[in-house]
Amino acid sequence: MVEEVSLRETYGKVLVELGRENPDIVVLDADLSPSTMTGYFMKEFPQRFFEVGIAEQNMIGIAAGLAASGKIPFASTFAVFAPGRCFDQIRVSVAQSKLNVKIVVTHAGVTVGEDGATHEALEDLSLICSLPGFTVIVPADAIETAQAIRAVAAHFGPCYVRLCRPKLPLVYSPDYRFDIGKAVQLRPGGDVTVIAIGVMVTQGLQAAAELEKEGIDCRVINMPTLKPLDEQSIIKAARETGAIVTAEEHQEYGGLGSAVARVVARTSPVPMEFVAVKDTFGGSGKPEQLLAKYGLTARDIAGAIRKVIERKG
Amino acid sequence: MTPESKNPSSMPDGLFSSREDLKEVARRLRRRIVTIIGKAGSGHPGGSLSAVEIVTALYWRVLRHKPSDPRWPDRDRFILSKGHAAPVLYTALAECGYFPIAELDTLRQLDSRLQGHADCCVTPGVETSTGSLGQGLSFAIGAALAGRLDSRGYRVYALLSDGECDEGQTWEAAMSAAHFKVDNLTAVIDNNGLQLSGRVRDIMNLDPLGKKWEAFGWQVSEVDGHDINQLLDALEKAKNVKGQPAVIIAHTIKGKGVSFMENNVDFHGKAPNAKELELALKELA
Ligand SMILES: Cc1ncc(C[n+]2csc(CCOP(=O)(O)OP(=O)(O)O)c2C)c(N)n1
Ligand SMILES: [Mg+2]
Repeated sequence: MVEEVSLRETYGKVLVELGRENPDIVVLDADLSPSTMTGYFMKEFPQRFFEVGIAEQNMIGIAAGLAASGKIPFASTFAVFAPGRCFDQIRVSVAQSKLNVKIVVTHAGVTVGEDGATHEALEDLSLICSLPGFTVIVPADAIETAQAIRAVAAHFGPCYVRLCRPKLPLVYSPDYRFDIGKAVQLRPGGDVTVIAIGVMVTQGLQAAAELEKEGIDCRVINMPTLKPLDEQSIIKAARETGAIVTAEEHQEYGGLGSAVARVVARTSPVPMEFVAVKDTFGGSGKPEQLLAKYGLTARDIAGAIRKVIERKG
Repeated sequence: MTPESKNPSSMPDGLFSSREDLKEVARRLRRRIVTIIGKAGSGHPGGSLSAVEIVTALYWRVLRHKPSDPRWPDRDRFILSKGHAAPVLYTALAECGYFPIAELDTLRQLDSRLQGHADCCVTPGVETSTGSLGQGLSFAIGAALAGRLDSRGYRVYALLSDGECDEGQTWEAAMSAAHFKVDNLTAVIDNNGLQLSGRVRDIMNLDPLGKKWEAFGWQVSEVDGHDINQLLDALEKAKNVKGQPAVIIAHTIKGKGVSFMENNVDFHGKAPNAKELELALKELA
Protein backbone atom coordinates (compact mmCIF):
# COMPACT_ATOMS: atom_id res chain seq x y z
CA MET A 1 0.00 0.00 0.00
CA VAL A 2 1.14 3.51 -0.78
CA GLU A 3 1.45 5.71 2.25
CA GLU A 4 -1.41 8.20 2.75
CA VAL A 5 -0.60 11.66 4.09
CA SER A 6 -2.78 14.68 4.93
CA LEU A 7 -2.30 17.69 2.69
CA ARG A 8 -3.59 20.17 5.25
CA GLU A 9 -1.48 18.70 8.03
CA THR A 10 1.46 19.22 5.72
CA TYR A 11 0.33 22.78 5.02
CA GLY A 12 0.19 23.57 8.73
CA LYS A 13 3.67 22.26 9.35
CA VAL A 14 5.24 23.96 6.35
CA LEU A 15 3.69 27.23 7.49
CA VAL A 16 5.57 26.92 10.77
CA GLU A 17 8.85 26.26 8.93
CA LEU A 18 8.21 29.28 6.74
CA GLY A 19 7.41 31.33 9.82
CA ARG A 20 10.78 30.45 11.31
CA GLU A 21 12.58 31.36 8.11
CA ASN A 22 10.81 34.60 7.32
CA PRO A 23 9.47 37.06 9.93
CA ASP A 24 7.19 38.62 7.32
CA ILE A 25 5.02 35.51 7.08
CA VAL A 26 1.70 36.14 8.87
CA VAL A 27 -1.36 33.90 9.03
CA LEU A 28 -5.07 34.62 9.26
CA ASP A 29 -7.92 32.24 9.88
CA ALA A 30 -11.69 32.51 10.29
CA ASP A 31 -12.39 30.17 13.19
CA LEU A 32 -11.19 27.06 11.39
CA SER A 33 -7.60 26.77 12.55
CA PRO A 34 -8.04 23.22 13.91
CA SER A 35 -9.31 22.13 10.48
CA THR A 36 -7.13 24.15 8.14
CA MET A 37 -4.19 23.31 10.42
CA THR A 38 -3.05 26.90 10.76
CA GLY A 39 -3.26 26.18 14.50
CA TYR A 40 0.38 25.03 14.47
CA PHE A 41 1.44 28.46 13.35
CA MET A 42 -0.82 30.13 15.90
CA LYS A 43 0.86 28.21 18.72
CA GLU A 44 4.37 29.06 17.65
CA PHE A 45 3.80 32.62 16.45
CA PRO A 46 0.81 34.08 18.32
CA GLN A 47 1.93 37.63 17.47
CA ARG A 48 1.82 36.90 13.77
CA PHE A 49 -1.46 35.00 13.78
CA PHE A 50 -4.77 36.80 13.39
CA GLU A 51 -7.94 34.98 14.30
CA VAL A 52 -10.69 37.13 12.77
CA GLY A 53 -13.66 35.02 13.82
CA ILE A 54 -16.29 33.87 11.36
CA ALA A 55 -15.72 36.84 9.07
CA GLU A 56 -14.14 35.83 5.78
CA GLN A 57 -14.66 39.17 4.03
CA ASN A 58 -12.84 41.00 6.78
CA MET A 59 -10.11 38.35 6.77
CA ILE A 60 -9.37 38.97 3.11
CA GLY A 61 -9.37 42.74 3.58
CA ILE A 62 -6.99 42.58 6.55
CA ALA A 63 -4.74 40.24 4.59
CA ALA A 64 -4.69 42.77 1.76
CA GLY A 65 -3.71 45.57 4.13
CA LEU A 66 -0.95 43.45 5.63
CA ALA A 67 0.35 42.55 2.17
CA ALA A 68 0.34 46.16 1.04
CA SER A 69 2.71 46.96 3.89
CA GLY A 70 5.19 44.20 3.13
CA LYS A 71 3.82 41.17 4.97
CA ILE A 72 3.21 37.81 3.29
CA PRO A 73 -0.21 36.84 4.60
CA PHE A 74 -1.59 33.31 4.34
CA ALA A 75 -5.37 33.41 4.79
CA SER A 76 -7.13 30.11 5.29
CA THR A 77 -10.65 28.79 5.51
CA PHE A 78 -12.72 26.12 3.74
CA ALA A 79 -12.85 26.21 -0.06
CA VAL A 80 -16.58 26.96 0.02
CA PHE A 81 -15.99 30.16 1.99
CA ALA A 82 -13.09 31.49 -0.08
CA PRO A 83 -13.79 32.51 -2.73
CA GLY A 84 -17.49 31.78 -2.11
CA ARG A 85 -18.10 34.05 0.85
CA CYS A 86 -15.67 36.80 -0.08
CA PHE A 87 -15.33 36.79 -3.85
CA ASP A 88 -15.74 40.53 -4.25
CA GLN A 89 -13.20 41.18 -1.51
CA ILE A 90 -10.73 38.89 -3.28
CA ARG A 91 -11.58 40.51 -6.60
CA VAL A 92 -11.14 44.12 -5.54
CA SER A 93 -8.94 44.20 -2.44
CA VAL A 94 -6.53 41.47 -3.62
CA ALA A 95 -6.63 40.82 -7.37
CA GLN A 96 -7.33 44.29 -8.70
CA SER A 97 -4.79 45.72 -6.28
CA LYS A 98 -2.28 43.00 -7.32
CA LEU A 99 -1.43 42.23 -3.71
CA ASN A 100 0.79 39.47 -2.40
CA VAL A 101 -1.93 37.54 -0.56
CA LYS A 102 -1.90 33.73 -0.30
CA ILE A 103 -5.30 32.14 0.04
CA VAL A 104 -4.93 28.49 1.04
CA VAL A 105 -8.22 26.64 1.33
CA THR A 106 -8.97 23.18 2.59
CA HIS A 107 -11.95 20.79 2.38
CA ALA A 108 -12.52 21.27 -1.35
CA GLY A 109 -14.78 19.00 -3.34
CA VAL A 110 -17.06 16.09 -2.53
CA THR A 111 -14.34 14.32 -0.54
CA VAL A 112 -15.47 16.56 2.33
CA GLY A 113 -17.92 13.70 2.79
CA GLU A 114 -20.67 13.70 5.41
CA ASP A 115 -21.02 17.46 5.76
CA GLY A 116 -22.79 17.52 2.41
CA ALA A 117 -23.53 19.99 -0.36
CA THR A 118 -23.11 23.35 1.43
CA HIS A 119 -19.61 22.32 2.40
CA GLU A 120 -18.42 20.87 -0.89
CA ALA A 121 -16.79 23.51 -3.07
CA LEU A 122 -17.17 22.49 -6.72
CA GLU A 123 -17.04 25.91 -8.32
CA ASP A 124 -14.17 27.64 -6.52
CA LEU A 125 -11.65 27.05 -9.30
CA SER A 126 -13.97 28.55 -11.87
CA LEU A 127 -14.39 31.67 -9.75
CA ILE A 128 -10.79 32.15 -8.77
CA CYS A 129 -9.36 31.41 -12.23
CA SER A 130 -11.54 34.18 -13.64
CA LEU A 131 -9.56 36.79 -11.70
CA PRO A 132 -6.66 38.39 -13.59
CA GLY A 133 -3.23 37.75 -12.14
CA PHE A 134 -4.12 34.94 -9.76
CA THR A 135 -1.88 31.88 -9.54
CA VAL A 136 -4.02 28.81 -8.88
CA ILE A 137 -2.60 25.54 -7.60
CA VAL A 138 -4.19 22.18 -6.80
CA PRO A 139 -1.64 19.78 -5.29
CA ALA A 140 -2.03 16.05 -5.80
CA ASP A 141 -0.36 14.84 -2.62
CA ALA A 142 1.40 15.97 0.55
CA ILE A 143 4.82 16.20 -1.07
CA GLU A 144 3.50 18.47 -3.77
CA THR A 145 1.58 20.45 -1.15
CA ALA A 146 4.72 21.16 0.87
CA GLN A 147 6.53 22.41 -2.20
CA ALA A 148 3.57 24.37 -3.52
CA ILE A 149 3.22 26.22 -0.21
CA ARG A 150 6.91 27.11 -0.31
CA ALA A 151 6.59 28.14 -3.95
CA VAL A 152 3.67 30.49 -3.36
CA ALA A 153 5.44 32.04 -0.37
CA ALA A 154 8.40 32.81 -2.62
CA HIS A 155 6.28 33.98 -5.55
CA PHE A 156 5.15 37.61 -5.52
CA GLY A 157 1.47 38.02 -6.33
CA PRO A 158 -1.96 36.69 -5.38
CA CYS A 159 -2.11 32.89 -5.08
CA TYR A 160 -4.84 30.34 -4.39
CA VAL A 161 -3.97 26.84 -3.21
CA ARG A 162 -6.73 24.26 -3.00
CA LEU A 163 -6.41 21.34 -0.58
CA CYS A 164 -8.78 18.51 0.22
CA ARG A 165 -9.91 17.08 3.54
CA PRO A 166 -8.84 13.39 3.42
CA LYS A 167 -5.35 12.01 3.42
CA LEU A 168 -4.18 11.14 -0.09
CA PRO A 169 -1.78 8.46 -1.29
CA LEU A 170 1.65 9.81 -2.13
CA VAL A 171 2.10 10.31 -5.86
CA TYR A 172 5.61 11.71 -5.63
CA SER A 173 8.90 10.72 -4.09
CA PRO A 174 10.65 13.16 -1.76
CA ASP A 175 13.06 14.32 -4.50
CA TYR A 176 10.16 15.66 -6.59
CA ARG A 177 10.49 19.28 -7.58
CA PHE A 178 7.39 21.40 -8.10
CA ASP A 179 7.54 24.50 -10.27
CA ILE A 180 4.66 26.96 -10.60
CA GLY A 181 3.17 26.69 -14.09
CA LYS A 182 4.78 23.34 -14.96
CA ALA A 183 2.87 20.15 -15.69
CA VAL A 184 4.34 16.81 -14.71
CA GLN A 185 4.18 13.70 -16.87
CA LEU A 186 3.64 10.80 -14.48
CA ARG A 187 3.39 8.09 -17.09
CA PRO A 188 4.37 8.00 -20.76
CA GLY A 189 1.87 6.89 -23.39
CA GLY A 190 1.01 7.33 -27.06
CA ASP A 191 -2.70 6.51 -27.49
CA VAL A 192 -4.41 9.03 -25.24
CA THR A 193 -3.59 11.51 -22.45
CA VAL A 194 -5.29 11.87 -19.08
CA ILE A 195 -4.75 15.29 -17.54
CA ALA A 196 -5.73 15.31 -13.87
CA ILE A 197 -5.52 17.48 -10.76
CA GLY A 198 -5.72 16.91 -7.02
CA VAL A 199 -7.62 13.87 -5.82
CA MET A 200 -8.08 12.69 -9.41
CA VAL A 201 -4.40 12.15 -10.16
CA THR A 202 -4.23 8.81 -8.39
CA GLN A 203 -7.48 7.77 -10.05
CA GLY A 204 -6.01 8.66 -13.43
CA LEU A 205 -2.94 6.53 -12.79
CA GLN A 206 -5.16 3.62 -11.75
CA ALA A 207 -7.23 3.95 -14.89
CA ALA A 208 -4.11 3.98 -17.05
CA ALA A 209 -2.81 0.83 -15.35
CA GLU A 210 -6.17 -0.85 -15.88
CA LEU A 211 -6.30 0.03 -19.59
CA GLU A 212 -2.80 -1.24 -20.19
CA LYS A 213 -4.38 -4.70 -19.92
CA GLU A 214 -6.59 -3.78 -22.87
CA GLY A 215 -3.56 -2.68 -24.85
CA ILE A 216 -4.25 1.04 -24.49
CA ASP A 217 -1.11 3.10 -23.96
CA CYS A 218 -2.20 5.98 -21.75
CA ARG A 219 -0.15 9.04 -20.88
CA VAL A 220 -0.91 10.63 -17.49
CA ILE A 221 -0.15 14.25 -16.74
CA ASN A 222 -0.61 16.04 -13.43
CA MET A 223 -1.48 19.71 -13.95
CA PRO A 224 -0.93 21.13 -10.45
CA THR A 225 -0.96 24.72 -11.66
CA LEU A 226 -4.31 25.55 -13.19
CA LYS A 227 -3.25 29.12 -13.79
CA PRO A 228 -0.95 29.96 -15.47
CA LEU A 229 -1.58 26.80 -17.46
CA ASP A 230 1.29 24.77 -18.98
CA GLU A 231 0.02 25.09 -22.55
CA GLN A 232 3.05 23.41 -24.11
CA SER A 233 2.43 20.13 -22.32
CA ILE A 234 -1.19 20.19 -23.48
CA ILE A 235 -0.29 20.93 -27.09
CA LYS A 236 2.34 18.20 -27.03
CA ALA A 237 -0.11 15.70 -25.56
CA ALA A 238 -2.76 16.58 -28.15
CA ARG A 239 -0.34 16.27 -31.06
CA GLU A 240 1.37 13.11 -29.85
CA THR A 241 -1.57 11.15 -28.48
CA GLY A 242 -4.51 12.60 -30.44
CA ALA A 243 -7.05 12.40 -27.60
CA ILE A 244 -7.42 13.94 -24.15
CA VAL A 245 -9.42 13.18 -21.02
CA THR A 246 -9.42 15.67 -18.16
CA ALA A 247 -10.26 14.69 -14.58
CA GLU A 248 -11.08 17.03 -11.71
CA GLU A 249 -13.11 17.14 -8.51
CA HIS A 250 -14.95 20.24 -9.65
CA GLN A 251 -17.83 21.34 -11.85
CA GLU A 252 -17.26 20.63 -15.51
CA TYR A 253 -18.04 24.27 -16.06
CA GLY A 254 -15.01 26.52 -15.72
CA GLY A 255 -12.43 24.17 -14.23
CA LEU A 256 -9.50 22.16 -15.58
CA GLY A 257 -11.46 20.68 -18.49
CA SER A 258 -12.55 24.08 -19.78
CA ALA A 259 -9.04 25.44 -19.48
CA VAL A 260 -7.49 22.51 -21.35
CA ALA A 261 -10.23 22.57 -24.00
CA ARG A 262 -9.52 26.23 -24.73
CA VAL A 263 -5.90 25.42 -25.49
CA VAL A 264 -6.76 22.32 -27.51
CA ALA A 265 -9.43 24.08 -29.57
CA ARG A 266 -7.07 26.93 -30.40
CA THR A 267 -3.95 24.96 -31.20
CA SER A 268 -4.56 21.31 -32.04
CA PRO A 269 -8.19 20.15 -31.99
CA VAL A 270 -8.52 16.51 -30.91
CA PRO A 271 -11.41 14.63 -29.28
CA MET A 272 -11.81 15.31 -25.55
CA GLU A 273 -13.83 13.87 -22.69
CA PHE A 274 -14.38 15.48 -19.32
CA VAL A 275 -14.47 13.68 -16.01
CA ALA A 276 -15.99 16.25 -13.64
CA VAL A 277 -19.13 17.00 -11.68
CA LYS A 278 -21.96 17.50 -14.16
CA ASP A 279 -23.93 20.55 -13.12
CA THR A 280 -25.11 19.30 -9.76
CA PHE A 281 -24.34 19.98 -6.11
CA GLY A 282 -22.70 17.39 -3.90
CA GLY A 283 -24.24 15.55 -0.96
CA SER A 284 -23.55 13.58 2.21
CA GLY A 285 -21.78 10.26 2.28
CA LYS A 286 -18.37 8.75 2.58
CA PRO A 287 -15.78 10.32 0.29
CA GLU A 288 -15.43 7.13 -1.78
CA GLN A 289 -19.20 6.82 -2.09
CA LEU A 290 -19.46 10.40 -3.26
CA LEU A 291 -16.62 10.09 -5.75
CA ALA A 292 -18.51 7.11 -7.21
CA LYS A 293 -21.88 8.86 -7.16
CA TYR A 294 -20.57 11.90 -9.00
CA GLY A 295 -18.56 9.94 -11.58
CA LEU A 296 -15.09 10.73 -10.23
CA THR A 297 -13.43 7.31 -10.01
CA ALA A 298 -10.74 5.45 -11.93
CA ARG A 299 -13.58 3.50 -13.57
CA ASP A 300 -15.15 6.71 -14.80
CA ILE A 301 -11.84 7.87 -16.19
CA ALA A 302 -11.35 4.48 -17.90
CA GLY A 303 -14.81 4.79 -19.43
CA ALA A 304 -14.00 8.26 -20.71
CA ILE A 305 -10.75 6.99 -22.21
CA ARG A 306 -12.49 4.21 -24.12
CA LYS A 307 -15.04 6.71 -25.40
CA VAL A 308 -12.48 9.26 -26.52
CA ILE A 309 -10.38 6.61 -28.27
CA GLU A 310 -13.45 5.47 -30.17
CA ARG A 311 -14.01 9.04 -31.31
CA LYS A 312 -10.41 9.22 -32.44
CA GLY A 313 -11.40 6.81 -35.20
CA MET B 1 -6.78 73.08 -17.82
CA THR B 2 -8.54 73.26 -14.52
CA PRO B 3 -8.53 76.61 -12.76
CA GLU B 4 -5.89 77.77 -10.30
CA SER B 5 -3.01 75.48 -11.29
CA LYS B 6 -0.76 76.09 -8.35
CA ASN B 7 1.37 73.12 -7.47
CA PRO B 8 3.12 73.30 -4.09
CA SER B 9 4.98 70.04 -4.65
CA SER B 10 8.56 70.73 -3.67
CA MET B 11 8.77 70.87 0.09
CA PRO B 12 12.19 71.48 1.60
CA ASP B 13 12.20 68.48 3.93
CA GLY B 14 10.46 66.10 1.54
CA LEU B 15 7.36 66.03 3.70
CA PHE B 16 4.26 67.83 2.60
CA SER B 17 3.87 70.70 5.02
CA SER B 18 2.05 73.56 3.41
CA ARG B 19 0.84 76.15 5.91
CA GLU B 20 -1.74 77.53 3.49
CA ASP B 21 -5.08 78.75 4.76
CA LEU B 22 -7.19 75.61 4.83
CA LYS B 23 -10.44 77.34 3.98
CA GLU B 24 -8.83 78.53 0.80
CA VAL B 25 -7.54 75.01 0.05
CA ALA B 26 -11.02 73.59 0.59
CA ARG B 27 -12.54 76.15 -1.73
CA ARG B 28 -10.00 75.28 -4.41
CA LEU B 29 -10.61 71.56 -4.03
CA ARG B 30 -14.35 72.10 -4.44
CA ARG B 31 -13.84 74.10 -7.62
CA ARG B 32 -11.62 71.41 -9.04
CA ILE B 33 -14.02 68.62 -8.06
CA VAL B 34 -17.02 70.08 -9.83
CA THR B 35 -14.88 71.11 -12.78
CA ILE B 36 -13.33 67.73 -13.43
CA ILE B 37 -16.57 65.83 -12.88
CA GLY B 38 -18.30 68.28 -15.19
CA LYS B 39 -15.62 67.76 -17.81
CA ALA B 40 -15.72 63.98 -17.43
CA GLY B 41 -19.50 64.10 -17.84
CA SER B 42 -20.03 61.57 -15.08
CA GLY B 43 -18.96 60.96 -11.50
CA HIS B 44 -20.00 61.52 -7.90
CA PRO B 45 -20.00 65.16 -6.82
CA GLY B 46 -22.15 64.83 -3.67
CA GLY B 47 -19.94 62.53 -1.63
CA SER B 48 -16.78 64.19 -2.93
CA LEU B 49 -17.91 67.64 -1.80
CA SER B 50 -19.05 66.47 1.64
CA ALA B 51 -15.57 65.11 2.38
CA VAL B 52 -13.54 68.14 1.32
CA GLU B 53 -12.74 69.49 4.79
CA ILE B 54 -11.92 66.00 6.10
CA VAL B 55 -9.49 65.36 3.27
CA THR B 56 -8.04 68.86 3.51
CA ALA B 57 -7.40 68.59 7.24
CA LEU B 58 -5.71 65.22 6.75
CA TYR B 59 -3.53 65.97 3.73
CA TRP B 60 -2.57 69.52 4.69
CA ARG B 61 -2.08 69.17 8.46
CA VAL B 62 -2.24 65.64 9.80
CA LEU B 63 -0.72 63.03 7.49
CA ARG B 64 3.02 62.52 7.42
CA HIS B 65 3.53 61.89 3.73
CA LYS B 66 5.96 62.54 0.91
CA PRO B 67 4.34 63.30 -2.43
CA SER B 68 7.71 62.74 -4.06
CA ASP B 69 7.86 59.22 -2.58
CA PRO B 70 4.32 57.83 -2.43
CA ARG B 71 5.48 54.41 -1.18
CA TRP B 72 7.68 55.80 1.62
CA PRO B 73 7.41 52.94 4.17
CA ASP B 74 6.87 55.22 7.17
CA ARG B 75 4.12 57.32 5.61
CA ASP B 76 0.79 57.65 7.33
CA ARG B 77 -1.78 55.82 5.23
CA PHE B 78 -5.05 57.31 4.00
CA ILE B 79 -7.61 54.83 2.73
CA LEU B 80 -10.58 56.14 0.83
CA SER B 81 -13.03 53.39 1.61
CA LYS B 82 -15.84 55.30 -0.12
CA GLY B 83 -14.11 54.87 -3.47
CA HIS B 84 -16.71 56.70 -5.54
CA ALA B 85 -15.45 59.94 -3.94
CA ALA B 86 -12.20 59.51 -5.86
CA PRO B 87 -12.36 63.10 -7.17
CA VAL B 88 -11.80 64.55 -3.69
CA LEU B 89 -8.76 62.32 -3.26
CA TYR B 90 -7.41 62.99 -6.74
CA THR B 91 -7.66 66.74 -6.36
CA ALA B 92 -5.91 66.61 -2.98
CA LEU B 93 -3.17 64.34 -4.33
CA ALA B 94 -2.64 66.59 -7.34
CA GLU B 95 -2.53 69.71 -5.17
CA CYS B 96 0.02 68.03 -2.93
CA GLY B 97 2.16 67.20 -5.94
CA TYR B 98 1.67 63.44 -6.39
CA PHE B 99 1.00 64.06 -10.07
CA PRO B 100 0.53 67.12 -12.28
CA ILE B 101 -2.61 69.13 -11.68
CA ALA B 102 -3.24 69.18 -15.42
CA GLU B 103 -3.73 65.43 -15.25
CA LEU B 104 -6.95 65.96 -13.29
CA ASP B 105 -8.57 66.79 -16.62
CA THR B 106 -8.14 63.17 -17.72
CA LEU B 107 -10.54 61.88 -15.04
CA ARG B 108 -12.50 58.84 -16.28
CA GLN B 109 -10.92 58.87 -19.74
CA LEU B 110 -9.49 55.84 -21.52
CA ASP B 111 -6.05 54.87 -20.16
CA SER B 112 -6.07 57.73 -17.65
CA ARG B 113 -4.30 57.21 -14.33
CA LEU B 114 -7.42 58.68 -12.76
CA GLN B 115 -9.95 55.90 -13.07
CA GLY B 116 -13.59 56.40 -12.11
CA HIS B 117 -12.96 54.67 -8.80
CA ALA B 118 -9.58 54.84 -7.10
CA ASP B 119 -7.10 52.28 -8.49
CA CYS B 120 -3.90 51.79 -6.53
CA CYS B 121 -2.10 50.16 -9.44
CA VAL B 122 -2.12 53.31 -11.52
CA THR B 123 -2.52 56.38 -9.31
CA PRO B 124 0.44 57.53 -7.19
CA GLY B 125 -0.70 58.01 -3.60
CA VAL B 126 -3.70 55.69 -3.74
CA GLU B 127 -3.19 52.99 -1.11
CA THR B 128 -5.75 50.45 -2.28
CA SER B 129 -8.36 50.03 -4.95
CA THR B 130 -11.83 50.81 -3.71
CA GLY B 131 -15.27 51.27 -5.18
CA SER B 132 -16.90 48.20 -3.77
CA LEU B 133 -18.20 49.72 -0.55
CA GLY B 134 -17.41 48.28 2.84
CA GLN B 135 -13.92 46.94 2.16
CA GLY B 136 -11.69 49.82 3.22
CA LEU B 137 -11.77 49.43 6.98
CA SER B 138 -10.54 45.83 6.83
CA PHE B 139 -7.64 46.89 4.62
CA ALA B 140 -6.85 49.74 7.01
CA ILE B 141 -6.70 47.32 9.93
CA GLY B 142 -4.26 45.12 8.01
CA ALA B 143 -2.07 48.12 7.25
CA ALA B 144 -2.19 49.16 10.91
CA LEU B 145 -1.30 45.66 12.11
CA ALA B 146 1.66 45.54 9.71
CA GLY B 147 2.87 48.85 11.13
CA ARG B 148 2.58 47.52 14.64
CA LEU B 149 4.45 44.27 13.80
CA ASP B 150 7.27 46.27 12.24
CA SER B 151 7.27 48.91 15.01
CA ARG B 152 6.83 51.63 12.45
CA GLY B 153 5.29 54.72 13.87
CA TYR B 154 2.81 55.39 11.12
CA ARG B 155 -0.90 55.92 11.59
CA VAL B 156 -3.69 54.71 9.34
CA TYR B 157 -6.73 56.82 8.44
CA ALA B 158 -9.81 55.38 6.77
CA LEU B 159 -12.59 57.53 5.35
CA LEU B 160 -15.92 55.72 5.35
CA SER B 161 -19.34 56.81 4.20
CA ASP B 162 -22.44 56.46 6.31
CA GLY B 163 -23.99 54.25 3.63
CA GLU B 164 -21.06 51.88 4.00
CA CYS B 165 -22.19 51.17 7.53
CA ASP B 166 -24.97 49.08 5.93
CA GLU B 167 -22.32 46.54 4.94
CA GLY B 168 -21.69 43.61 7.26
CA GLN B 169 -18.00 43.73 6.52
CA THR B 170 -17.75 47.20 8.08
CA TRP B 171 -18.94 45.74 11.37
CA GLU B 172 -16.75 42.65 11.06
CA ALA B 173 -13.88 45.08 10.70
CA ALA B 174 -15.08 47.30 13.55
CA MET B 175 -15.25 44.34 15.87
CA SER B 176 -11.83 43.04 14.91
CA ALA B 177 -10.07 46.40 15.20
CA ALA B 178 -11.18 46.65 18.83
CA HIS B 179 -10.38 42.97 19.43
CA PHE B 180 -6.85 43.45 18.11
CA LYS B 181 -6.57 46.71 20.09
CA VAL B 182 -5.50 48.57 16.98
CA ASP B 183 -4.74 52.06 18.28
CA ASN B 184 -2.80 53.38 15.30
CA LEU B 185 -6.02 53.63 13.32
CA THR B 186 -8.52 56.47 13.00
CA ALA B 187 -11.70 56.02 11.02
CA VAL B 188 -13.64 59.06 9.88
CA ILE B 189 -17.25 58.66 8.82
CA ASP B 190 -18.56 61.15 6.32
CA ASN B 191 -21.99 61.24 7.90
CA ASN B 192 -23.83 63.12 5.19
CA GLY B 193 -27.18 61.44 5.76
CA LEU B 194 -27.72 60.43 2.15
CA GLN B 195 -26.81 57.36 0.18
CA LEU B 196 -27.45 56.48 -3.44
CA SER B 197 -31.21 56.32 -3.56
CA GLY B 198 -32.32 58.37 -0.61
CA ARG B 199 -31.86 59.27 3.03
CA VAL B 200 -29.83 56.89 5.16
CA ARG B 201 -32.55 57.06 7.79
CA ASP B 202 -35.15 55.79 5.27
CA ILE B 203 -33.04 53.21 3.47
CA MET B 204 -31.36 51.58 6.46
CA ASN B 205 -31.49 53.51 9.65
CA LEU B 206 -28.12 53.59 11.41
CA ASP B 207 -29.16 55.44 14.55
CA PRO B 208 -27.70 55.58 17.09
CA LEU B 209 -24.47 55.40 15.05
CA GLY B 210 -22.10 56.65 17.74
CA LYS B 211 -23.45 54.20 20.30
CA LYS B 212 -23.02 51.36 17.84
CA TRP B 213 -19.32 52.14 17.33
CA GLU B 214 -18.90 52.60 21.05
CA ALA B 215 -20.49 49.21 21.66
CA PHE B 216 -18.06 47.73 19.14
CA GLY B 217 -15.18 48.99 21.28
CA TRP B 218 -14.23 52.23 19.58
CA GLN B 219 -13.46 55.64 21.05
CA VAL B 220 -16.09 57.85 19.43
CA SER B 221 -16.16 61.58 18.82
CA GLU B 222 -18.59 63.66 16.81
CA VAL B 223 -17.77 66.88 15.01
CA ASP B 224 -19.05 69.30 12.41
CA GLY B 225 -17.33 67.82 9.38
CA HIS B 226 -17.08 71.18 7.64
CA ASP B 227 -15.34 72.87 10.59
CA ILE B 228 -11.66 72.26 10.01
CA ASN B 229 -10.65 73.27 13.53
CA GLN B 230 -13.07 70.79 15.06
CA LEU B 231 -11.76 68.11 12.72
CA LEU B 232 -8.13 68.88 13.57
CA ASP B 233 -8.88 68.76 17.31
CA ALA B 234 -10.65 65.42 17.01
CA LEU B 235 -7.92 63.95 14.80
CA GLU B 236 -5.30 65.06 17.32
CA LYS B 237 -7.24 63.57 20.24
CA ALA B 238 -7.71 60.31 18.35
CA LYS B 239 -3.94 59.99 18.03
CA ASN B 240 -3.63 59.83 21.80
CA VAL B 241 -6.22 57.11 22.35
CA LYS B 242 -4.46 54.00 23.65
CA GLY B 243 -5.52 50.37 23.40
CA GLN B 244 -8.50 50.90 21.12
CA PRO B 245 -9.30 52.34 17.68
CA ALA B 246 -10.87 55.78 17.29
CA VAL B 247 -13.69 56.89 15.05
CA ILE B 248 -14.75 60.42 14.25
CA ILE B 249 -18.30 60.83 13.09
CA ALA B 250 -18.15 63.92 10.91
CA HIS B 251 -21.55 65.48 10.38
CA THR B 252 -21.54 66.79 6.85
CA ILE B 253 -23.79 67.95 4.06
CA LYS B 254 -23.78 65.96 0.87
CA GLY B 255 -22.94 68.29 -2.02
CA LYS B 256 -21.63 70.94 0.39
CA GLY B 257 -20.76 74.27 -1.17
CA VAL B 258 -23.01 74.15 -4.21
CA SER B 259 -26.53 75.18 -3.24
CA PHE B 260 -28.38 73.02 -5.75
CA MET B 261 -26.29 69.97 -4.93
CA GLU B 262 -26.58 70.27 -1.16
CA ASN B 263 -28.74 67.55 0.38
CA ASN B 264 -29.83 66.62 -3.11
CA VAL B 265 -29.68 62.92 -3.75
CA ASP B 266 -29.83 63.58 -7.51
CA PHE B 267 -26.23 64.78 -7.33
CA HIS B 268 -24.95 61.66 -5.64
CA GLY B 269 -23.78 60.26 -8.95
CA LYS B 270 -24.56 62.85 -11.61
CA ALA B 271 -22.20 65.34 -13.22
CA PRO B 272 -23.21 68.97 -13.53
CA ASN B 273 -23.98 70.06 -17.10
CA ALA B 274 -22.25 73.12 -18.57
CA LYS B 275 -24.78 75.56 -17.15
CA GLU B 276 -24.80 73.93 -13.72
CA LEU B 277 -21.02 73.91 -13.67
CA GLU B 278 -20.92 77.62 -14.41
CA LEU B 279 -23.38 78.26 -11.58
CA ALA B 280 -21.43 76.03 -9.21
CA LEU B 281 -18.15 77.80 -9.95
CA LYS B 282 -19.84 81.14 -9.37
CA GLU B 283 -20.97 79.99 -5.94
CA LEU B 284 -17.50 78.69 -5.18
CA ALA B 285 -15.72 81.84 -6.35
C1 LIG C 1 -20.76 47.00 -2.38
C2 LIG C 1 -21.37 48.14 -3.14
N1 LIG C 1 -22.70 48.15 -3.32
C3 LIG C 1 -23.27 49.14 -4.03
C4 LIG C 1 -22.52 50.15 -4.57
C5 LIG C 1 -23.17 51.24 -5.40
N2 LIG C 1 -23.08 52.53 -4.70
C6 LIG C 1 -22.18 53.46 -5.05
S1 LIG C 1 -22.19 54.79 -4.01
C7 LIG C 1 -23.47 54.13 -3.09
C8 LIG C 1 -24.02 54.78 -1.88
C9 LIG C 1 -23.43 56.09 -1.59
O1 LIG C 1 -23.81 56.59 -0.34
P1 LIG C 1 -22.77 56.61 0.82
O2 LIG C 1 -22.19 55.24 0.91
O3 LIG C 1 -23.40 57.17 2.03
O4 LIG C 1 -21.64 57.57 0.25
P2 LIG C 1 -21.65 59.16 0.16
O5 LIG C 1 -22.95 59.64 0.69
O6 LIG C 1 -20.50 59.60 0.97
O7 LIG C 1 -21.47 59.47 -1.29
C10 LIG C 1 -23.86 52.90 -3.62
C11 LIG C 1 -24.95 52.07 -3.08
C12 LIG C 1 -21.13 50.09 -4.36
N3 LIG C 1 -20.30 50.99 -4.89
N4 LIG C 1 -20.58 49.09 -3.63
MG1 LIG D 1 -23.72 59.15 2.61
